[in-house]
Order: sequence, then structure tokens, then C-alpha cells
Amino acid sequence: MNEPHTDRPTGDLNPEENKLQSEPKSGPKDRTRRIFLFKLSLLLNGAVGVVLAVPIVRYLLGPVIDKKNAYTWIALGNVADFPEGETRLADYRNPTTTAWDGDTGKVACWVRRVSGNQFQVFAINCAHLGCPVRWFSESKLFLCPCHGGAYYQDGSRAAGPPERGLFEYKYRVAGAKLMINAGELPTLSTPASAKNTNFVPLDKIGRATWQS
Amino acid sequence: MAELKKKGVQKAGIEVYEWFEHRLGLAKPAMEAAAHPIPSSSASWWYVFGSAATVLFVLQIMTGILLALVYTPSANHAWSSLQFLNNNVELGWFLRALHGWGSDFMIAIVLIHMVQVFMFGAYKFPRELTWIIGVFLLLLTLGMAFTGQVLRFDQDAYWGLGIGASIMSRVPIIGAPLVHFMLGGPIIGSATLSRFFTLHVFVIPGLLLAGVALHLLMVLRLGINEWPMPGRIVRKATYEAEYHQLTEKDGMPFVPDGAWKDAIFAAAIILAVMACAFFFGPFGPTGQPDPTIIQTAPKPDAPFLWLFAVLSLLPPSMETPVILIAPVLIIGAMLLLPLVAGEGEKHWSRRPVAVLMVSVIAVSLGIFTRLGTTTPWSPVMNAWSSDAVPTKYLHERTPLERQGAIVFQDKQCRNCHEVGGEGGRRGPELDSVASRLTEDQLVRQVLQGGGNMPAYGNALSPAETTALVAFLKTLNGNDLRPAQDASRVLTGENPPSATVPGEKRPSGQSHLSKESPAQEKP
Repeated sequence: MNEPHTDRPTGDLNPEENKLQSEPKSGPKDRTRRIFLFKLSLLLNGAVGVVLAVPIVRYLLGPVIDKKNAYTWIALGNVADFPEGETRLADYRNPTTTAWDGDTGKVACWVRRVSGNQFQVFAINCAHLGCPVRWFSESKLFLCPCHGGAYYQDGSRAAGPPERGLFEYKYRVAGAKLMINAGELPTLSTPASAKNTNFVPLDKIGRATWQS
Repeated sequence: MAELKKKGVQKAGIEVYEWFEHRLGLAKPAMEAAAHPIPSSSASWWYVFGSAATVLFVLQIMTGILLALVYTPSANHAWSSLQFLNNNVELGWFLRALHGWGSDFMIAIVLIHMVQVFMFGAYKFPRELTWIIGVFLLLLTLGMAFTGQVLRFDQDAYWGLGIGASIMSRVPIIGAPLVHFMLGGPIIGSATLSRFFTLHVFVIPGLLLAGVALHLLMVLRLGINEWPMPGRIVRKATYEAEYHQLTEKDGMPFVPDGAWKDAIFAAAIILAVMACAFFFGPFGPTGQPDPTIIQTAPKPDAPFLWLFAVLSLLPPSMETPVILIAPVLIIGAMLLLPLVAGEGEKHWSRRPVAVLMVSVIAVSLGIFTRLGTTTPWSPVMNAWSSDAVPTKYLHERTPLERQGAIVFQDKQCRNCHEVGGEGGRRGPELDSVASRLTEDQLVRQVLQGGGNMPAYGNALSPAETTALVAFLKTLNGNDLRPAQDASRVLTGENPPSATVPGEKRPSGQSHLSKESPAQEKP
């Protein structure tokens, strides 16, 4: 099955021609040419690398450079569910979740109905390191189980390591529904509600004036 | 006949070996490396920790791969897949336990290895870079521990991520992008778990493998540190010749003369990991990662308890600077150590500062870890409803004082204050509070707070305050003399309380009550 030229790998070339084909050219000019070509190949690969790095870095930084506003208005429940003068635990599903987020897509918060349509909605996360604070109605305090941060009923700092009061959501009352502006884990640098969203002044029947 | 056969088999075996060796060429350099000469003083039980750390790393890789056969890196299912591993997969609990205990052992051995290298001056010339790579290996090992704890994806993991995000958020200017980069989205969720899975399974192990390979190559290339002698000074000009003398003239081959100790210790360590895994079982998972279940007291795994303690004990104003600056200083100091102190004495008896540093750091880490397990700064969330007031504090008390005891319980004072050895330790224990604070001071402290106590002015009615203070005034410890206001004593008001034996005046009558001491004045 051998091809005829395997016996004569040089094919039909005469020995002189064959030498030109297979042996490296070793003149000083050829060498500088190869060095130049090698440098060129490095440069080419560097350029390709940079071009490849752009989409990779953009992909990696996706969560950072995502300009979409994560915050939206979410219905937390009926106003009537929150008795006046009391503080109750509520939860909602974060507006941006996936099916595979499971329970972690849920977020808890504390709703304090001061009176009528006047509310305070606090993030569950302690302003110190984000642990879930618990409400104690008798002592009218929020206590953090992690490092003992304590807050008064209006969310202001009472004691412990937190530097500030509880994070507060902006809310509005739309009809019978209590709505909050939410969408991010509240931390010292990521606010609970969008910065450019305002508390909506409420009229007597609980309809936000922005609607009218 | 049988002997002939045996010889034939042997010959065939050698031929197969030579066939491979001719192509691979690995056996010769491997054997040369194994038998490289070491100083005879280095064949010591003190030199076994590096190899033990490597063996534990291999155990972690093996058990990790086996766990990945079942584990599901999705926020929705990770926790259930671990329950499944614990309960439904044949010996799944044991593999999880091996991986968990292997991790704790690896951190412990890496730290011991580091202390040994430091105390023996092994980081000095020419092994500076070996130490620097070792520092990165320590950080990567801790990174594995943190990301591994996240993969458990239970309540502790969920809120631990919240703590991580809160720390990131303290970085000035780029705080918010850092939080998003860490979480992979606006909240803690599946994107977060996926990136920690990637870190734990691909990125950090890859870096660790490369780092360990470099670290080992350098140990082979530069030789193991000799046993330090007081007065034998490391000098860049002469050290290598001296070391050559030690290995070539008085040395011994690493395998087998030194390696048998490494091998025995490695076997003992693996056996210890297996024993811990068998007797103590796997770590968690604790409660499911549902952020609406807030009845939880999150805590990090053992290697990070000291950090948890430091974060709770720092004054609020110092916290952000310390969180941001301390790691840079600590890691920087560890990296610069061999470059600053690359020459000089190796022996610990001539390096008192080094000994002092190791002792102070070890004791501090130990104390902080201990505090991290007992968490005296955390309120005991259910103390007010679960820990009763000791009956001796209710005996022969007036109705007002007993009412005060009820107020004391109802208002959750117990969550932060210990009485009769039960309750929180956030604030001081109150068994002898009346010997420290006068009545007026008690009222002021309760209503206005201060010294890290919240003010209860809004949470207590005047009647409740009166009763509470009346009760607190009965808490005199072992009949200590009650605290008294010197100015009032001078004017004859507010004489020492009658809880001191022998005095007639009934106790617990506050000046806020109708029969105040002032009105009793003759």
C-alpha cells in the first residue's frame, strides 16, 4: 500500500532542490528574519489576547457594570395586615430572581405601622454585618444575634457595634396595599431602596399622590 | 522449572519497565529527587508538618471529587443535596465528615508548619521565596475553608455571605461594585453560590496545586533547612557553601533515612482525620437557607471564629479602618519578613522577639477563638422566656419587688444581663448591681441607657420603672453593702437600704414610690 514516494521522500526533486526544501536556511539574514517573525507572532498573540480579554473581563464584571435598575416597587401586603402601633415580620420575593434561587430569592423585613398610613419598613439586615435582627415588642428593641447590635423601635441605633440605625425601605400605600421600593441586599454602600426614588406623600385615603 | 518461570516473569517485568522508562524518562529524576541529600540534623520529627499538609491536601482533593459526584451547586438544591448525602447516600456522611475534618486538620497543620518554619529561621536566605509562596498557600488554604463553608449553603453560610458582603461594602468608593462582584447579583442567591463553587472547585485548588508544586520544587532545589544552632549566623556570602558541607559531607539521603518519619506522621494524621470523622461526624448542614427564617444565630466555622470575635469587640468607630487596613498590614508583614530578616541568627534562643511574637499571636488567636465559641457579646435571644429568676431572689420580697422581677423578665433584660448564672453576658451580671449603683443611678441607667445599654425610657411606664428598680435594689450579691449616694447620706436622706441585716427599714421602697425615704425622714 506504500505510496511510491515514501521510498523516495524527496519525491521527484533532485538532491540540490531537496536540500533547499527541507534544510533550514542558516544565513545571518534568515536568522534575523526568523527572530523578527517570532517577535511578530508574540505581538499578534498579545493583540489576540487583548481582544479575547475584553469579552472575558466584561463577562466577569457583568454583575458590576449591569446598569439595569435592580429596584422596583413591590407589594408587601395589605395595609390592614399590619396593626397600628405594632411591628411585624413580612417577606417578599426579590424582583430579580431565578427559578434556581429557591428560598434564597425571598427577603424578610420588619414593618412598623406607626399610625394610619405612616409606616417604617426596616431591612432585616443589621447595619453592622448584615445578620438578621429580631424584634422584641416588650422592650421595644431590635436585637442582633451576631454581635449584639440593638436598635430602638424607630430603627435608630441604641447600642452595640453598628455605626448607624437600621436600613429603611422607601414605601408607599397604593390603595389597600403597602408597597416598598426594594431589590438589593442593603449594606453600607448598597441602599435598601433606590436613591432617586422619593417617599411618596400620601393622601388621606391612602392613595399616593403620584398616581393622581 | 518454577525458578525458570520466575526468572522469565522478572525479565518481562524489567522489559516493560524499560519500555516505559525509555519513553517517559521519569523514574531516574524521581529517584534522584527522592534520595537527595539532607543534613542529618533535618531528619527530625519537627520536619514532618510540610509533608503532612501536602498529604491532607491530596485527601481534600480526593474527598472533594467524591462529594462533587452528588453535590448540586444550585441555591435551590445545595442544602437538600447535602441532606441527601448525609442520610441517603451510602457512607455519604462519612465522606462529608472526612472532607470537613480534613479541612480543619489542614489549616491546623499548615499553621503549625508555618510556626515551625518561623521558629527555625527557615525563611532566611536563600529560602525567602519559599516562605513568600508559603504565605500565599496559607491564604489560599483559608480561602478554601471560607468558600467550602459557603458551599454548605445552610443558614450559617447564607448569613456568612451577608457578613462578607457587609465587610466589602465598607470599602470606600468601590464598595457597591465589590458587593455586586462578590454576590454575582443584587442579593445572595444562586449566582453567589455558583461563583463560590467555581472558586472552591476550580480556581483556588488550581492555584494551590501550582503553588504547592513550586513550593516543593524550591525545597528540593534549595534543600531542607538544617537544624539551627545558636551562634551559627546566616550570611549570604557563606551560607550556601556551609549548607553544601552539611549535606554532602555529613548528609543522608532523604529517602529512606528522613522520609520514614514523614510517612509515619502522614499515616497518623490521616488516621486522626478518619477517627474524628467517624466519631464526630460531618459538619451540618444547619438550618435551610431561607432568609425569612430569622430564628438563627449565625456563626462561622472554627478557623474564622477569632475574626468573628474581633469584629464584635472592635469599637464602632475603629471597625472600618481596622477591617480595611489590618489585613494589608498583616499580610504585608508576613510577605516582607524574609526580605527584611533574610540573614542572621536562626535559633529561637537568640530570637526573643520572634518567640514573643509567636506566643502573643497564638494566645490571642486562642482567646479570640474561645470568645468566638462562647460569644459573650451576643444577647441570649430566649433568656427572657426560658431562664427563670432564681427563687432566692424572690423570697421575702415585697409585692412591688416581685412585680419588678416580672418586669425584669418581660422586658427582656435577661437577654443581656445574667442573674444567678443564667442569661446573656452582653451587659454586666446583675446579682450585685445594688452594690454598684445607687437607686438614682439605677433609674438613670434604666431610663437613659448609656455605656452600651439602650435607653428604656420609651419601653417602660413609670410604674414599671419603679417596680424594676425596687427589684434591682434587692440584688446585693452576698449581702454586700448597697451603693449609696454620699451627698444624700450627709443630708440624712436615702440611708443605706435595709437589705443589710439588722436594719429595720423595709427594702425596695423607691423614692419614686409614695413612701419614699425622704418622706420617712424624722
